[in-house]
Amino acid sequence: MPSVWIDYDRCDGCGLCAKKCPYDAVEMRDGIPHILEQCTCCALCLEACKRGALQTDLTARTVPDFSAWKGVWVFAEHQQNALQAISLELLGKARELAEQRSETVSALLLGDQGDPLVQPLFTAGAHRVYQVQDPRLRHYTTDAYTKSLARLVEKYKPEILLIGATDIGRDLAPRLARRVGAGLTADCTELSIDPEEGILLQTRPAFGGNVMATIVNRFSRPQMATVRPGVMEKRAPEPLQGELVAEQLEGGDQDSRVEILESWTEEGERIDLSKARVIVAAGRGAASSEGLELLEQLARSLGGELAGTRAMIEEQWLPDDRQIGQTGQTVRPELYIGCGVSGAVQHRAGMAASRYIIAVNKDPRAPLLSVADWSIVGDLFQVVPELISILSRRI
Amino acid sequence: MKIIVLIKQVPDTTEIKLDPKTGNLLREGVPSIINPDDRHALEAALRLKEAHGGRVAVLSMGPQQAIDAVSEALGMGADEGVLLSDSAFAGSDTWATSFTLSRAIRKMDGFDLILCGRQAIDGDTAQVGPQLAEILDLPQVTAVCGISSFEPGASGRSQVLRRVRGGYQRLNCTLPALFTVVSEINTPRCPHMERLLRACKTKTAIKHWNCADLGLKTQEVGLAESLTQVITTFPPKTRRKSEILEGDPRSVAGQLVDRLQDNKLI
Repeated sequence: MPSVWIDYDRCDGCGLCAKKCPYDAVEMRDGIPHILEQCTCCALCLEACKRGALQTDLTARTVPDFSAWKGVWVFAEHQQNALQAISLELLGKARELAEQRSETVSALLLGDQGDPLVQPLFTAGAHRVYQVQDPRLRHYTTDAYTKSLARLVEKYKPEILLIGATDIGRDLAPRLARRVGAGLTADCTELSIDPEEGILLQTRPAFGGNVMATIVNRFSRPQMATVRPGVMEKRAPEPLQGELVAEQLEGGDQDSRVEILESWTEEGERIDLSKARVIVAAGRGAASSEGLELLEQLARSLGGELAGTRAMIEEQWLPDDRQIGQTGQTVRPELYIGCGVSGAVQHRAGMAASRYIIAVNKDPRAPLLSVADWSIVGDLFQVVPELISILSRRI
Repeated sequence: MKIIVLIKQVPDTTEIKLDPKTGNLLREGVPSIINPDDRHALEAALRLKEAHGGRVAVLSMGPQQAIDAVSEALGMGADEGVLLSDSAFAGSDTWATSFTLSRAIRKMDGFDLILCGRQAIDGDTAQVGPQLAEILDLPQVTAVCGISSFEPGASGRSQVLRRVRGGYQRLNCTLPALFTVVSEINTPRCPHMERLLRACKTKTAIKHWNCADLGLKTQEVGLAESLTQVITTFPPKTRRKSEILEGDPRSVAGQLVDRLQDNKLI
């Protein structure tokens, strides 16, 4: 196995290698770096070192010739004859990426809904729509959709393929990526093109820690990424026209391994947190009926909605339509108040764009404090009742 | 009847702390747990075993200390465990992880069902389940929140409930298959003390496989086999005032309301 080592004669103990390592595999001891067992030989430290003190016997992987792969594709998701907002958001981003690559944007429309969704895709930024019309594609099924899309990818060779990180997208994207032999990055919060190498830079929260990571798919095409709804912004619609390419679903009816027997929607309205002006978020520190009662009252007095972290939904203190974060909803309210929320990076990915952020937490080391405008280090069970009482007098 | 459950040991991200001065992650004292969704997958497997007989095997890939997660799974009632551990696996993305897991499953002689959590709380990708299903050419159902019937065997099938945005789907799926589950499916049991102690003490029910045991070369696993690479990491952007309000509860509450009013938030 290759390894990375340090030429201590050249090392000046600057510590840049330790800072750069995404795996915490370089430890500084008495001003000298040491490479730990968890080193993956990613070689990022080699680039960081200004003195060439880091060395490796790793042979650089050769990047295959991908010049035949062109254009940015977006999987167009729709439900009940309406395009999902995520598809329009992705088309906006795709347009930006395609311009930097001097390429075009194509949308992939599968189903049996006819043509009414084609024009809206052009309006949202697609230069071209690949349409596969077939009754077998009326409802999303993993096998039929994967097969159909894999055929398009192999036939037309897109350079980039973006898919919404929805229930459907998260079922489809990994399966499709594996089938076409492509790397896939989930839940990206930023996408851009590297100006030198021309590849897609995919940024997302990483390592369950306090960092964002930029990831690339250097060794396969298409470069695939999923993006959660609400993260990218739609572009203003333009009265554009484009090219419609009709494609067939080929092959027999072998796709009956999974059969949908019935689908139904839940009783009662699901809450759309993305529309709330004020959100009061409950974390583990508020995990009790009294805690939630207090926060509900606070939310009400501010005309806002109560939401929660993954743990609060996991432990069933709140229904899952109130989850904020990478797994839940992405929100950007005017005012976000996190009470007893530690602020893991996955949670912050879903709320960091809020206009004002307030953290109430007993622990001064809670990561949410580092992104808050105003923080209160204190017990929410003492602070929130005071807040409610002052608000009731002043509003 | 045999079910393989995939589990991952993860840091408990709800316990993550920062150094208030430097903003750096404090790694010490962050407990390692079985990934929450995976624990629900194991519980689902144990219930199927109780109803239909058979065996439950857990499979995990990770550093040596992931043995604790496998032992805990045995304590909950799994019959056997396999831990894939090798320094060559380090840096695996989901492409390399699903490939390595598929080789281990091929070595585990047969199964009716593979269960795993929908996603891990550290990586949060929800990719390994579907990618593994693709390699093994299995039908998949993701976000399963109920298993209403389960008939293993030749031409076996299972009826499951799937959580989709705003509602549910009821599906029929042929077996063998791979399901990823969400927490709604059940409430996991606690490990049985005696079983847990036995698992930790004897460890005979746990197999350790490395790269060579899977018949793989080091350049076929880990970062070398991964299609995606991290090229840089950086702290999340903050352009905030980060003001800490001081005083007793009444005073801080008052200061906060002042600021809300000054900024026309109320």
